[in-house]
Amino acid sequence: MKNKELLNMLVSLTLIAVVAALALAACYNLTKAPIEQSKRSKQQAALQQVLPGFTGETREMKFLPIDGKDSLSVFLAYENERWVGVAVNSYTDKGFSGRFTVMVGFDTTGKITGTEVLEMNETPGLGDNIKKEKSDFSKQFDGKIIEAKTLSVKKDGGDIDAITAATISSRAYCDAVNRAHDMFLLAKKEVNYE
Amino acid sequence: MSKWSILTKGIIKENPTLVLVLGTCPSLAVTTSVSNAIGMGLATTFVLLMSNMLISSLKSVIPNKVRIPAFIVIIATFVSIVDLILQGFVPVLAASLGIFIPLIVVNCIVLGRAEAFASKNSVLDSILDGIGMGIGFTFALTIIAAFRELLGSGSILGHKLFDGALVFVLAPGAFFVMGFVIAIVGYLKREKN
Repeated sequence: MKNKELLNMLVSLTLIAVVAALALAACYNLTKAPIEQSKRSKQQAALQQVLPGFTGETREMKFLPIDGKDSLSVFLAYENERWVGVAVNSYTDKGFSGRFTVMVGFDTTGKITGTEVLEMNETPGLGDNIKKEKSDFSKQFDGKIIEAKTLSVKKDGGDIDAITAATISSRAYCDAVNRAHDMFLLAKKEVNYE
Repeated sequence: MSKWSILTKGIIKENPTLVLVLGTCPSLAVTTSVSNAIGMGLATTFVLLMSNMLISSLKSVIPNKVRIPAFIVIIATFVSIVDLILQGFVPVLAASLGIFIPLIVVNCIVLGRAEAFASKNSVLDSILDGIGMGIGFTFALTIIAAFRELLGSGSILGHKLFDGALVFVLAPGAFFVMGFVIAIVGYLKREKN
């Protein structure tokens, strides 16, 4: 009697789990293409934002930042076989609510051509004001050239106006842009080497 | 209980958020804007409907001792399906709801209805209960979100009217608004009785 009950439990749970796994596999296959498609189009739109007027081909490379654990994607932009700039899919872990990712564009001299937030969970109404739609904060980075001194907010002696009541998010944004610049230097070396 | 009252009891009389006070975590977290609230409400309604239906049709097959793991597997499957579909076809909504979609798995409303209703009632009644509770949850989220969006961001459905008071966007404002709405619903219910 005991054994029969045990067998009954095992069989019914196993069956439920198998059916669930099959249903999930089917659903995963069904949604795989649209999910990739939407990620790609999001990335493409961000590329357009950070490299204004760019219409050519990109070549993707992965670099591992010195201080980070995860490698990030760097897009080398070519127009008619000529190297015109770099877009870096950069991230920061210094945000208020975990990691957020920022796409940063550079021309060949290292001048920032644009920045665009890809994913973030910063506090609505405070930290999320760093988004382009909500404030002019990110426009401050356009045209900046990072040399010996990295970018930082005015509170830390830099020249970026932080967003009111969102200094942490503003600092994190600078961190992401600085990391992107490190990647730009690596990518530039790679291009010159070739 | 008539079919009609099974369907409608979730909307006011046994509203999952405002009367049973279940699933408060998503109610506080996603109600910063009305569009988020409606998206979350509909996603939860779908999960409630499907899990209630399946659990009630399997109730005689699932041995009593393993019913909770079985319920969780069924619920988690539907939540994952919703998550994949949203990511694939409504990426904007998936991005703004983020982690709260996978967290529907641990929403007490879903497991609560499975345990308290679907495992004891017929399939049709369970479907009606799932729909009713889902509508009630969506309704509660929408009310809370409408107040928070208007007072906090000063906008209605994303259209900005004026600068709001930030506290309503943040966690304390969520508690204030939810508390007031619960109090109003409680008062109206008592008046009626």
